[in-house]
Formats: sequence, C-alpha cells, structure tokens
Amino acid sequence: MQTQLEAGREISRVQSAVAARRAQATLYKRPRPGEDAIRVYLLLCGILSIFTTLGIIFVLGEESLRFFTSGVTNAVEFLTSIKWQPQAGEFGILPLLESTLMTSFMAMLVAIPLGLGSAIYLAEYAPSRVRSTMKPILEVLAGIPTVVYGYFALTFMTPALRGIFGQDAVQIYNTAAAGIVMGIMILPTISSMAEDALSSVPRSLREASYGLGATRFETIVKVVLPAALSGILAAFIIGISRAVGETMIVALAAGAGSNWSFPPNFFVAAETMTGHIARISGGDLSYDSVDYNSLFAIGLMLFFITLGLNLLSQWVSKRFREVYQ
Amino acid sequence: MSASVSQANLLPTGAEFQKGLARRNFRGSVWGRFYSLSLLVAILALIALVLNIVNSAFGYAITAYEVEPTALVAGGDVGGLDAEQLVVILQDYQERRLPVYIRDNLSVVDPSIFTQVPLSESLAGRTFPAELAAMTVTELTRDQQAAVLAASLSVDTLRSLVEVEVIGEQVIHPYALSESLFERSRIDAELLEALEDEPNARLEFRSWLNFEFLTAAGSSDPAAAGVRTALLGTLWVIFITVLFAFPVGVGAAIYLEEYAVPNRLNKLIETNIRNLAGVPSIIYGLLGLAVLVRSLEFITQGRTILSAGLTLGLLILPVIIINSQEAIRAVPSSIREASFGVGATKWQTIWNQVLPAAMPGILTGTILAMSRAVGETAPLIVIGASTFIVTDPTSPFAKFTALPIQIYQWTARPQSEFRAIAAAAIIVLLVLLLLFNATAIILRQRYRKSLQG
Repeated sequence: MQTQLEAGREISRVQSAVAARRAQATLYKRPRPGEDAIRVYLLLCGILSIFTTLGIIFVLGEESLRFFTSGVTNAVEFLTSIKWQPQAGEFGILPLLESTLMTSFMAMLVAIPLGLGSAIYLAEYAPSRVRSTMKPILEVLAGIPTVVYGYFALTFMTPALRGIFGQDAVQIYNTAAAGIVMGIMILPTISSMAEDALSSVPRSLREASYGLGATRFETIVKVVLPAALSGILAAFIIGISRAVGETMIVALAAGAGSNWSFPPNFFVAAETMTGHIARISGGDLSYDSVDYNSLFAIGLMLFFITLGLNLLSQWVSKRFREVYQ
Repeated sequence: MSASVSQANLLPTGAEFQKGLARRNFRGSVWGRFYSLSLLVAILALIALVLNIVNSAFGYAITAYEVEPTALVAGGDVGGLDAEQLVVILQDYQERRLPVYIRDNLSVVDPSIFTQVPLSESLAGRTFPAELAAMTVTELTRDQQAAVLAASLSVDTLRSLVEVEVIGEQVIHPYALSESLFERSRIDAELLEALEDEPNARLEFRSWLNFEFLTAAGSSDPAAAGVRTALLGTLWVIFITVLFAFPVGVGAAIYLEEYAVPNRLNKLIETNIRNLAGVPSIIYGLLGLAVLVRSLEFITQGRTILSAGLTLGLLILPVIIINSQEAIRAVPSSIREASFGVGATKWQTIWNQVLPAAMPGILTGTILAMSRAVGETAPLIVIGASTFIVTDPTSPFAKFTALPIQIYQWTARPQSEFRAIAAAAIIVLLVLLLLFNATAIILRQRYRKSLQG
C-alpha cells in the first residue's frame, strides 16, 4: 500500500520534472563571450584597413586645405601655374606633374613591349622547363628594392646614355635614365599579370584557330590576345600606376629642382612629384610651414591619380572580361 | 553551289598558297624571336644590375694613411685594442685635440661655454673621475683628459676616433673592378701622380664589403664607415613591423574568410584592401609623418623606430591580408565540417584546424611582405629616418637609420668612394633579402611535402 503510494508519487514527480524541462528547452545558442570577443577583434582588424584609407584621405585633405587657404597660393594656381619655386612662393604643380608623366611614359615605352613580349613567350612559346626557370628570375627582378634600381639608373644607365648620345646632350641627372630603369622594374609586374591573362584563355580556342589553318603567330595575335585583352590592359594600367608612384629611382636619378620643359626634353634634370616629396621631407622640414603643407597637396594629387588608375584597371578587367566555360 | 565556287577562287592555291604560307611563317618566326628577345632583355638587365654592383664594390683603390697602422700596433689591426690602449694612441698622436674629442663626444653644454664651466656641469651625467668635477677642461692635464675619455667613451667610439683622427685613411681614388682588371697601366700611372702629392699613397686591392664594413658604425669618412647601425636599425624596424602587421593582418584575413557574410561593410573592406595595396608607398610615408610622428608624438616619441615600424606595418598589411586569405581559402572545407561535426565551436575550429593547415602559406606570404618592407626607402625618408646616426638603436623609441636609407644617402653623394660603399651596402641588403626569400621557399617546399605525405 505504502510502496504503491510512493511509486505513484515518484511517477508524478518525474512527469512534472519532464514537463518543466520541456517548457525550458527553447533551443537558444549557448552564450559564448570568448567567441564573441574574438569575433569583434577580428572585425576590428578588418575595419583597420578602412581607417587607414580614411586616415590617408583625411591627412592629405586637411593639410592640402591648409595649403590652399594659407594665402600663399590657391587651388587654381596650384593646378595651372607652370612654376614650382617654393622660395619665390610659386606653387604650380604642372612642372612636377610633367616630369612624372615623362618618366612614366619612358617606363611604359620599355615595360609594355618587353613585358607583353616576355609574357607571350612564357605563355605560348616557352617549353615548361624554360618557363619554370625563367619565372623565378623575373620574380627576383620584381623583388629588388627600388633604391637599388635607383643606384643602377645613376651609375649604369646614365653613363650608358651619355656614352651613346654624348656627354653634352645628356645631363648627369635626367628623366630618360630614370624612366628606362623604372621600365625594367615594372616589366615583371606587367609580364606576370599579362601571362596570367594569356594562360587563362582556354586551349580550345587555340585549337580551333589551328584547325582553321592559322599559324601560331596568327593564333596569338588574332585569337589569344583579343581574348585576354582585359587582363592585359589591366596590367598596363597597374604598370602606369606603379610608375607614377615610384619614388627612389627618380629621387636618385632624375634630379632635383622642378623643370618645365616644352617640348619635353628627356635628357635634362627634372624633379617628379614623388622626387620632390622625398627631397623636401628628407631635409630639415618644420611642421606647419608652407613647404610642409605643399607636400600633402602633391600627395593628394598623387593619391587621386594612382587610385583612379587602380580603379580603372579593376573596371577594365571586369568590364571586358570574356568568360569561358 | 555558285557561292562555294567563288569562295574557292578567293583562297590562294598551289604555288601561290605555298608562297603565302612561307611569308606567314616568316612573319611568325620574326615575332617569335622578338618575344624571346624581350625576355632575354629582362634577364640581361638583371645581370647588368648585379655586375654593376659587384663592379663598384670591389677593385683597386689608391689610399694613403696619415700614420701607418703598423706603427701603432704590431700587425696593424687596431680592432683588438682595449680602451686604455686606444686612449694612449690618441694621446701620443693627437694630444692637443683631446679636449675637442671630449667636447664633441661628451659635452652636454653649448660649445661656446664648454671651456669655461667645470666638468660637473659640462659633462653632467657622464662617468668620469670624481675628483676632477670642479675643474674646467682647460685646467686638466693631458693625462687627466685622457682618463676622462677612457672612462666615458665606448671602445667602439675610441676605435673610430683612432681610425679617423690618427690613422686617417684617405681614399684618393677608388677604381671599379673592370678598371682594375683591364686598365692596370692607367692605374699605375695615376698612382705615380698621386705619389707626388702624397708620399704615403699606395695601391691596394680593396673589397669594400668586408668584415669591418659589417661591424663598423656609420661615419662621414667612407674608409671607416660601416653598416652596423643601419643594419640594426633595419632589423629593429622590421621587428616592430611584423609584430604589428602579422596579428592584425592574419586577423583581418580570418574575419574576411571565415566570418564575413557578403554585406555592404564586408564588401567595402574587401575592395578597400585591394585598393590600399595599390597606394604608392610614399603616401604611407605622409600618413606616418602626419599621424604617427606628429599627432601621436606622445606615444611614438616622433621620428623613431616605432613610428617607422608602424608605418611600414600599415604598408604591408594589405599584402599580408591578401596572402593569408589565399592560404585560408585553400584549406578544404571538409576539415571545418569535420571539426564542427565533433562539436567544436567556430573559434576552436579556426584555431585548431584551419590556422595550422593554413600557417605555412600565411608564413610564406608574411615573409615575402617582410622582404618588401626591408627594401622600402621612400616612407622612411618621408617620416624622417635620421641620416647620420652612429649609435646603435637600443629601444623602439630610438632615433635610427636603416640600410636602404644609408644606401640612398651614399648613392646621392657625388664622390666615387661613397658609390663604392653604397654598392657594398646594396650587397648586404640583397643578401638579407635572399635569406628571407630562401626561408619562404623552404617553408613552401616543406608545406608541399606535408600535403603529399
């Protein structure tokens, strides 16, 4: 009797416990504060890159604003004057911009044909053994610090140019030597990007072209190159962007002091935008001087040009991409 | 039917076809040669670059000593002398200039009043014999002046004083390796000319890259200058760079690969990183100058190793992130799912499964980014790495110089002896980079093996 009663109580207790448990058991994730903290830290790491960009824009913008409102110059004069003489209060960026364009032009004159040529050779002609030895060599060329290229421009390329064109025609510091060496520096970048673009063109296109009786050269020029055009153009634009932003080669080999020359003379000394920033900030520079602020205005210009080129390159490679299955 | 006939008439046949084919093949082979030639030009440029550096770093040089080193110490090597002996040499040869050395190396007061105030004031904080504290420099005997120098200057400083002030090695004319090999008769003639002005002149074959060059501090005298200070500066800066960029870069990569859902913020982060990778390095220099050197001066102490390291850290951050993302993406998702399946949390999965599998790739990418940072010169110039520093950096808050800065400074000088030591410093830099890259390659190889095995 008693035991039956107890058994009944036991059963009802278990039943009510189960019911209570069932009411509680809503399937929530267990809170894990450690995991959340880590997640926040990782997000902050990612967001730091946005702060870097904002920092760059803010710093360049703020100091440039100070420069343009200092009374010494204004934005219109900055963009249109062909004189850059800080001592005389003349701040026209055109001479610096001209030298930048000249060195970049010279660099592309070297880097585009040689870079594209070696990319075509590596992707279309070279046996795999040649390719596997040549690609690391190009990587070595890409890994050499730019200051070493600057040394090379000044102590090898300039004497070579002076030997070819005459001591009187070519100054010790000139944009031609800087530009040519810059071209050699950029060559591996263009070559490797262009080669990637060429290699991603499917074999079937080449085989179809051979099947129609085209030679290898005709296949490359009329089938493979057009198919890889977006990647190749993107490579060229990235190359220009790197040439515009390159500093050490021009700082060592292109000369000091701005020089507006029209028509452009590649054999005289001329300071580029980056070269000017490096030279002025390398000296004794006092904060909040007009010179100090002017560097940021040049930097802003440089930032916009390179950002524009990089965005253009991304747009080109997306817009003109041929998609194969 | 008629259409196919006219088509056939348009296409050349027979001999005409053979001629056209020959022309087409010829054109192809000419262009094919141009393609291989352009690769050859790139390789020739690399060879020229290396030869050019080697050419300047080794070769004959006409030099002259004020005092032969062998007259100072048997064997002519002052490197083995201690402070006492070095001071004795200074005293023997440059007795009158001892006060000048004290002023230049130790004085903490303005040079104009240096001779009028007692040592306790002019050398405040330096170690020197206490009984001399009340005297001025001019009241000291030569022996006492020597004692002050011996008490407070390091052996290194004393040695470089002896080298510059007593031995006074002068490089009259350095020659490139090519000149040394092929124009020996001209060099001999120039040596005879030099002997007329400088009877001590001599010709020696000189490797500008030598043990002394690696261990000596910077100096304004090219014969005595070395890269130790610059090399240590570079290592310090890279240490700070990696300490900052590695955890942040890998963190951002983990976030983007493992956590980020494709919303607007995460897409923005992703494109932003790609664009940051294309910003010229000199712009990072301007950022570092304005933010780290100026605005955060109370933390970074201005133009210091810390500022430089963080600037370069920001510079290589996008590279590290992109490389790490690729390494993480290459880890097969089956590993993650298996880990979730046995009940691991997200972070446990990342920490115990994903990261170990991706680590070789991440490390390789980081080392490659590091070697980019080692060669970066422009940002360091902009944030104002000091150009002339002879004391070794000892903390992140020290002023510093770095190897590429030193190369830039020496190259920018017109004298050819500075070109020679610039070439030697370039070799040091390239060897350093080679070490980094070799490490990266070994890591990559080992990773491949472990995947296969």
